[in-house]
Amino acid sequence: MDADLKMSVKQLNFFYDKFKALENISLDFYAGHVTALIGPSGCGKSTFLRCLNRMNDLIPKSRVEGKILLDNEDIYDCAVNVATLRSRIGMVFQKPNPFPKTIFENVAYGLRVNGIKDKTLIADRVTESLNQAALWDEVKDRIYDSALELSGGQQQRLCIARALAIKPEVILMDEPASALDPIATQKIEELIHQLKKMFTIIIVTHNMQQAARVSDITAFFYMGKLIETDKTDTLFTRPKLKQTEDYITGRFG
Amino acid sequence: MTKTDVKKPITEQLALPHIKYRKFKQTIFFALFRFAALINGTALAIILFFLLKNGYKAINWTFLTQPPIDSMTKGGILPCIVGTLYLSLGAIAISLPIGIASAIYLNEYAGSGRVLRIIRLGINNLAGVPSVVFGLFGLAFFVIYLKMGVSILAGALTLGLLSLPVIIGATEEALKTVPETYREASLGLGATKLQTIFRVVLPCAMPGILTGAILGISRAAGETAPIMFTAAVFFTPDLPSSIFDEIMALPYHIYVLSTAGTEIEATRPLQYGTSLVLIVLVFGMNLAAILLRARLRKRMHI
Repeated sequence: MDADLKMSVKQLNFFYDKFKALENISLDFYAGHVTALIGPSGCGKSTFLRCLNRMNDLIPKSRVEGKILLDNEDIYDCAVNVATLRSRIGMVFQKPNPFPKTIFENVAYGLRVNGIKDKTLIADRVTESLNQAALWDEVKDRIYDSALELSGGQQQRLCIARALAIKPEVILMDEPASALDPIATQKIEELIHQLKKMFTIIIVTHNMQQAARVSDITAFFYMGKLIETDKTDTLFTRPKLKQTEDYITGRFG
Repeated sequence: MTKTDVKKPITEQLALPHIKYRKFKQTIFFALFRFAALINGTALAIILFFLLKNGYKAINWTFLTQPPIDSMTKGGILPCIVGTLYLSLGAIAISLPIGIASAIYLNEYAGSGRVLRIIRLGINNLAGVPSVVFGLFGLAFFVIYLKMGVSILAGALTLGLLSLPVIIGATEEALKTVPETYREASLGLGATKLQTIFRVVLPCAMPGILTGAILGISRAAGETAPIMFTAAVFFTPDLPSSIFDEIMALPYHIYVLSTAGTEIEATRPLQYGTSLVLIVLVFGMNLAAILLRARLRKRMHI
């Protein structure tokens, strides 16, 4: 791989209490690339994603072993401020979850909690982020209306805009299109394509066509283990392992 | 038992009496449920009707704006109205912050453990303590031990304690209805837990918390036992000038007039009139809170 290494996971184990959900995972993520995490339900891909911005810290009795490096610094180091880390690694969730606030306030939220008070700066960033998320034209006349009045697809793009507003370096997407119809899904995929120039994107998806369409690198998870990872073209056309081939051809999972 | 024919649809094989019986049972139960629901409305209607019928004659401008005169057989109840307002507002001012803070701790911060179980047990039992016990506690602790004397402060503190479990319960319920995804979204944007609570969770839960406050204030306003030892006196024509003053209060005034007054029979209209004022006052506070809640909901875009 000739691109810049952005994040690097080294021998990661994750436990829910005594249950080992992830086993010995090592995986690199490159700047300007989209990495797709695929695998059947319960294979640990979402758990893995949530380790990357320490969202799993919220789960009682969970435990992490191993290292996750962001720009060569371990994010699980005790000196790391979790809130600051999460403002560097944005997240888009499976179901659109805008706050019950106005469209403007949704996008401004991340800026406000990170201490930005300058009103013109906030207004500029809101406009810019909504533009980046390809939502501006649809909402520019009603940015002071409730975000909950938007359609599901618009809500999800709003959530992406909200994540973009604080200029994260990495964006984690947890099945961002699974709750959306095909047209809204297509818009999200086009958006991912646009955004990868500026961000490192890691996306969990159930949909293998989607992984093939949007990603540069694909990692296949099964039963808490990373089975195979390769360039997306290679993985989908010439998988090295039989297990991977069975999954991508739909023979199981 | 007859064997059922697998080929026929099941509805054709059901015994007709069984179908009829099921329908009958359903009708009976629905009627019972409806009756139970109706009792609530009827009870309120009867109480209001009774109070209005017996009390409306007592209500006039003098009654609402003057202190009692002639051994409380004539005159008004202004000191009682003011006293009850002060006590209720004081109680809510004390219990709302403590109640909300406790509920936030229990719901957002505390993990599971023995300490938490003990705290919860404490709250549940606090809710079950009879109000007269609160009154005695207030007398022993606030009035005597902390030397507050019989005063608005001691009464408001006692009533505040009394309404605390209601407010904690309602706030916890309200916090539980805030979707976890809001918290995740906020944390995912780099907000701290405290920022998440103040900027997302509490605003979302506020309408529900207000409902708790309504319940709390209603209960506090109407209680007699907790204030009879701690705040209220038999008679004082002056309006309070500080929180260390003793006061008259509507529930206690009703109690006094109807059990210990000089002319119990002659003051019946005054007793009903006072009750009517108390009920209207409580309804008024509820209404204000309901309107506030509706406005919050609208502003929150829910």
